[in-house]
Amino acid sequence: MISIAALIGQVFAIVLALALAPLLTGWVNQWRAWLQNRSAPPLLQPYYTLHKLFHKDVVLAHGASPLFRFAPFIMFGCMLLACGIIPSLSTDLPFAPAADALALVGVFGLARLFISLAAMDIGTSFGTLGARREMLVGFLAEPALLIIIFTVAMIANSTSLATIVETLAYREFAIYPSLAFAGIAFTFVSFAENARVPVDNPATHLELTMIHEAMILEYSGRHLALIEWAASLKLYAYSCLGIALFFPWGIGERDNFLALVAAIPLLLLKLGIGGMLLAIIETINAKVRIFRVPEFLGTAFLLAVLGLLVRLLLEVRA
Amino acid sequence: MNATPLFAQLINLFAAVILLLSFSMLAQRRVIQLINLFALQGFTLFLSTLVVAVNTGQSHLYWSAGLTLALKAMLLPWILHRLVRQLQVKSEVEPLVNIPTTMLIGIVLVMISFNVALPISQLSSAIARGTLGIALAVVMLAFLMMITRRKAITQVVGFLSMENGLFLAATSATYGMPMVVELGIALDVLVGVIILGVFFFQIRDQFDSLDIHHMERLKDN
Amino acid sequence: MTRLLAIDYLMIAAAAWGVIGLVGLALQRNFSFVAKGLFPFGALVGLLVGGVALLALGGTSQTAELVIGLPNLPFHLHLDNLAAVFILLLGFVSAGISIYAAGYFRQGEGTAPGVLCCEYHLFLASMLMVLLADDAYAFMVAWETMALTSFLLVTTDHRHAAIREAGYLYLLIAHIGAIAILLSFGVMTSGSGDYSFSGMREQELSPFWASVAFLLALAGFGAKAGLLPLHVWLPEAHPAAPSPVSALMSGVMLKTAIYGILRVSFDLVGTPIWWWGVVALAVGIITALFGVLYSTVQSDMKRLLAYSSIENIGLLAVGIGLALIFHSYQMEALAALALTAVFYHCLAHAGFKSLLFLCTGSVLHATKERSLGKLGGLIHPMPWVAWLALVGVIASAGLPPLSGFVSEWLLLQGFLFSPGLPHPWLNMVVPVVAAAVALVAAMAGFAMVKFYGIIFLGQMREPALKDAHDAGIWEKLGLLWLACLTLLLGVLPATVILRLDAATRQLLGKGLADRVAENGWWMLAPISPERASYEPLIFLAIIAATLLIGRELVHRLYHGRVRRSPAWDCGYHFQGPRAQDTAEGFSQPIRRIFEPMFRMERQFPTPRDRQPIYTVKVSDHFWYWLYLPIVRAAGWVSQLITNLQGGRIAIYLMYSFLTLLILIMVARP
Repeated sequence: MISIAALIGQVFAIVLALALAPLLTGWVNQWRAWLQNRSAPPLLQPYYTLHKLFHKDVVLAHGASPLFRFAPFIMFGCMLLACGIIPSLSTDLPFAPAADALALVGVFGLARLFISLAAMDIGTSFGTLGARREMLVGFLAEPALLIIIFTVAMIANSTSLATIVETLAYREFAIYPSLAFAGIAFTFVSFAENARVPVDNPATHLELTMIHEAMILEYSGRHLALIEWAASLKLYAYSCLGIALFFPWGIGERDNFLALVAAIPLLLLKLGIGGMLLAIIETINAKVRIFRVPEFLGTAFLLAVLGLLVRLLLEVRA
Repeated sequence: MNATPLFAQLINLFAAVILLLSFSMLAQRRVIQLINLFALQGFTLFLSTLVVAVNTGQSHLYWSAGLTLALKAMLLPWILHRLVRQLQVKSEVEPLVNIPTTMLIGIVLVMISFNVALPISQLSSAIARGTLGIALAVVMLAFLMMITRRKAITQVVGFLSMENGLFLAATSATYGMPMVVELGIALDVLVGVIILGVFFFQIRDQFDSLDIHHMERLKDN
Repeated sequence: MTRLLAIDYLMIAAAAWGVIGLVGLALQRNFSFVAKGLFPFGALVGLLVGGVALLALGGTSQTAELVIGLPNLPFHLHLDNLAAVFILLLGFVSAGISIYAAGYFRQGEGTAPGVLCCEYHLFLASMLMVLLADDAYAFMVAWETMALTSFLLVTTDHRHAAIREAGYLYLLIAHIGAIAILLSFGVMTSGSGDYSFSGMREQELSPFWASVAFLLALAGFGAKAGLLPLHVWLPEAHPAAPSPVSALMSGVMLKTAIYGILRVSFDLVGTPIWWWGVVALAVGIITALFGVLYSTVQSDMKRLLAYSSIENIGLLAVGIGLALIFHSYQMEALAALALTAVFYHCLAHAGFKSLLFLCTGSVLHATKERSLGKLGGLIHPMPWVAWLALVGVIASAGLPPLSGFVSEWLLLQGFLFSPGLPHPWLNMVVPVVAAAVALVAAMAGFAMVKFYGIIFLGQMREPALKDAHDAGIWEKLGLLWLACLTLLLGVLPATVILRLDAATRQLLGKGLADRVAENGWWMLAPISPERASYEPLIFLAIIAATLLIGRELVHRLYHGRVRRSPAWDCGYHFQGPRAQDTAEGFSQPIRRIFEPMFRMERQFPTPRDRQPIYTVKVSDHFWYWLYLPIVRAAGWVSQLITNLQGGRIAIYLMYSFLTLLILIMVARP
C-alpha cells in the first residue's frame, strides 16, 4: 500500500517543481546575460512575469475555438505529470507507475500535439509556421529520446524511472560507455525540445527563426502565463530527467526520509550547475538554420542508436 | 552488474570515446575542428594505451603510449594545422555525400564490424576484447571519411584516424605489437604525412585547388 | 431443443446480414426503410456478433458444418480464440459504422442505396465467414466474396473514370493475392488432398516447403493488407469508396488479412523458422516508414488516412515478425508480449481509423470537398465531428492516454527485451528496428497534426465552408460509439489484455494474463511493476484534475476575464485565410528532408508571373519502378500473342489440333 510518507514526498516533489521551475529559468537567463556581457535581470524575474500575466485580461482572437483556450491547461498538466513521475528527490513516488519512461515520452508528445494544434487554431501565418516547425523538431527529437531511454532501460533492465535510478545509483559502480553516447544525444535532444539556442531562441521574436514563440504569439494573459510556466516546468523536467539518467547519485531511496532532506541541496546544486552549463552552451553556439535542425537532431538520433549498439557490444557480451 | 574489472571498463570507455570521436569527425564540417577532433582521438588513444600499460606492467606499452601522445596528439595535429594555414584551405569540408546519409552508412558499418569482430574477439584472451569491434569500426569509419570527402586534407586525416583504429586493436586486444613494429609504423605515418604535405603544395600549384576532384583529369585517355 | 452454441449464433448473424442485404435489394424503392431500418438493424446484428465473440473468448473451440457448398464438400466452420478476437473486432466496429451509414448514404449518389445495402451486408457476412472458415474451400469462397463485394462498394460512384480505375486496380491486386493464398494452402496440404485446416496442421512440411507456404501467405495476405510492394491499390481505393466503406475496409477488412497471416504462420504451418520473422519485420518496417512518409505529404484527406493505414499495417507486420522471431527461439513470454501488441493494435487501429474515415465522410458531406487545401476552420460549424475526430487523431498519433499508445507501448516493450536473442546479428538489428518504429510513431504525430489542424482549425479557406453543417444524429451516434471504443481501449488496457489473453495462449501456449492480473485492473504491467508499468486512468485523472483545478484556481485567485479582438499575428493586418499554411506547405520540411523518397512533379512560378501558381504532385516511386515496367512487359507479351491471330479459321483449327497432338504425346498415364 502507498505509505503516507511516500505520498507526502510525491506532493512535495510536485510543489517543489512548481516553485523551482521559474527559478531555474531565471537562473539560466541570468547566466546568459552575464556571459553575453549584459546586465542580468533579477533572479526572480520569471515570477514577476507570471504574476503580471495572470493579472492581465485574456485577449482572445475572434476565430479562437475552445481548443485554443484549454490547450495551455493540458500542456501545463502534462508537464506537471512529467515532473511528478521523474525522480528528483526520491525514488519513492506513488504516481510513478502511472507512466514509465516510454510513457513519459508520450506525455511530452501529447503536450506538443496540443500546443501545435492550438497554434494552428487562429489561422495566422506565424501560428501554422510555428506548428509545422515544432512538429518537425518533435518527430526527430522524440525517437532520439526514446532510444536514449532504451539504452538506459537496457542497463537497468526496466523502463520504470524509479528502478533505473535505483540501479544506476545504488548498485555496484560501473562505467557504462553507452551512457556517454546517450548523454550527448540527450543534451542535443533537450536543447531542441526546450527551444534553446542551436535550434530555437527563447528570447527572439524574429520571424524567420522562431519556433516556440511563433506558436504562442496569439496567447495572452493567464493562458500565456500557463504556457510560460509549463515551458519552465519542461526545462525543469528535462533537467531532472538528465540528472536521473546520468547523475543519479544523491536521489533518495525508498523508505529513507533523511535522504530526502539531504537530496534537496544536492538537487539545487545539480540544477544550478546544469543551468550554468546550459547558458554557456547557448552562448558559445550560434543558432543554426532551420534546415540544419534535422541534421542536428539526426546526429542526436544516430548517436543514441550508436549508444545502444555499444551497449550491446561492450556491456552485454563482454 | 557484471564483474568486469575497473581497468577493462576504463578501456571500454576510452574505446567508446574513440568511436564517438570518429563519428564526430564524420559529422564535422570545419577543417580546423576536424584536426582538433583528431588530436583528441590521439589523446584518448594515449589514455587507453596508458591504462593497458599500467595494468599489464609491460614497459614497451609505456613507450608506445608516450609515442602516441607525442606523435598523434601533438606533432601530427600541429603539422596539419600548419598545412591548413599555409595552404589557406577553405574552412568548410565539402562532403560528396550529405552528412546524415554518411552517418547512416556509418551506423551500418558499425553494426557490420561489431558482428564481424565478434568471433575473432572470442579467440582473444584479453579482458577488454569487446573493443576489437570498436577498433574495426573506427577503421571502417575512417575509410568512409576518405571516400566521402572531397578535400585532400580530410583524406589524410581519415588515413591517420584509420591508423588510430589499428593501434587501438593492437593494444586492447593483444596488449600491443612488438616495439619494432610500432616504431616502424609511427615513423611510416610521420613520413607519410610529411610526404603528403609536400604533395599538397604540388597539387595546389598544379590545379590551384586541393579538391581531389581535379585529379580525375590525370588519368590516361 | 439443444442449446445454441456461440458458433451457431454467429452463423445466424451471418445469415441475418445476408437477409438484410436481400431485403434491401427487394425494397429498393423504400429509401427511408433501407437507410433508417435496415442499417441500424445490421448494426444490432454487429453488436450481437461482437458480444457473442466476447463471451466465446476464452472458451473451448467449436466447430460446425454447413451443408451448402459443393456436393460432398461441406463448408467446415470453426470458432477458436484467434478467430474470436477478430470477430469481436468485426462486430463492434461494424456496429458503429452501420449506425453511421444509416445517416450517410443518400439517394442519387452513385449506386442506389438498396443495392448498396445488399453489397454492404454481404460484405460484412463474407468477412464473418472468412474468420469462421475451417477449410480452404470455405475460406477462399468467403475471401473472394469479400473481395468482390468490396470492389462493388468501392465503385459506388462508378460514373467517375478515376473511381472505376481504382476499383479495377483493387480487384486485380486482390486476385493476385488470392492466387498466392490458394497456392499457399496447396503447399500446406502437401498433396494429401485434405483441404481442411485440421488436415493442414497434421502435415509435416519440410523447412523448404514450409517457408514457401509462409512466403506465399505473406505475399497473398500482404496484398490485401497493403504491405509493400503490393500496397498501390490502397491509397486509390480508400479515397474512391464512400466513407463508411473506407472505414470498413481500413478498419476491418485489412485486419482479416492480418488474421490470415497469423492463422497460417502460427497455427497451420507448424513451427516457424527464425528468418520468417526477419522477413516480416523487414517488410513491416519498410511499409511503416513508407506509409507514414507518404501520409505526411498528402493533400487529400482520405488519401492521407489511407497511407496512414499502410503505416499501421506495417507496424502490425513488425509486431508479427517480432513475435515469430521470439516464438522460433522458444521465448514464449516475449512472443506473447509482441503478439498481444499485435492484437491490441488491430483493435485500436480498427477503432480510430474507422472513426477518422467516418469523420472525413461527414466533412465531405458538409463541404463537398476532399482536398485539404480547401478546408479549414470546421471546428466552428461542426463541433461534434471535430471533437470526436480529435479523439481519433490523438489515438492515431500514438499518444497517451488513448488506444494507439497502448499497443505502441507494448510493442516497444517487446523490442526492449530482445537482447536475449541467441543470434548476434538479430541482436543488433532488432533494436535499430525499434528506433525506426519510434520514428514512425513520431511522424504519425506530424501527419495527424496536419490532418486535424488543416481540416478543423484555423480560418476557413473557402467562403462556402460557412454553410457547412454538423453531422446528423445517426452519424453522431456512430462516431460516438467508435470514439468510446477508442477511449475504453485506451484507459482499460489491463482488462482488455486479460480478455485477449486466450488468443495469445492458443497460439503460443503462454500469455500475459497471470502477470497482468496480479496488479489490479487499472495498471498495465506485462512483466512486473518494477520493470514497466502504465496506468492510463491515473494519467487521465491527473491531466483532468490539472485542467479543472488549475482553471478554478486561476479564476479564483485572479479573474476569468476575456476580451475578443482580431488576431495579432505580429501586427500584420493582411490576414486572409490564404496566409495560412496549405497542406503542401505544412509538409514542406518532410518533402525537403526526405526528398529522394518521393517522386515529385513541381511547378514553380517565375518572378514575372502575374498570377503565380505553385503546384506539387507527389507520386509513388513503386508505381514507376515496379508496376509500369510490368504493365509494359505484359503489353509486349500480348503484342506477341496477337501475332498468332491470323484471321483464317483453318489456322485456328490448326492451333487446336497441334495443342491436342502435343497433349496426347506429353500426358501419359
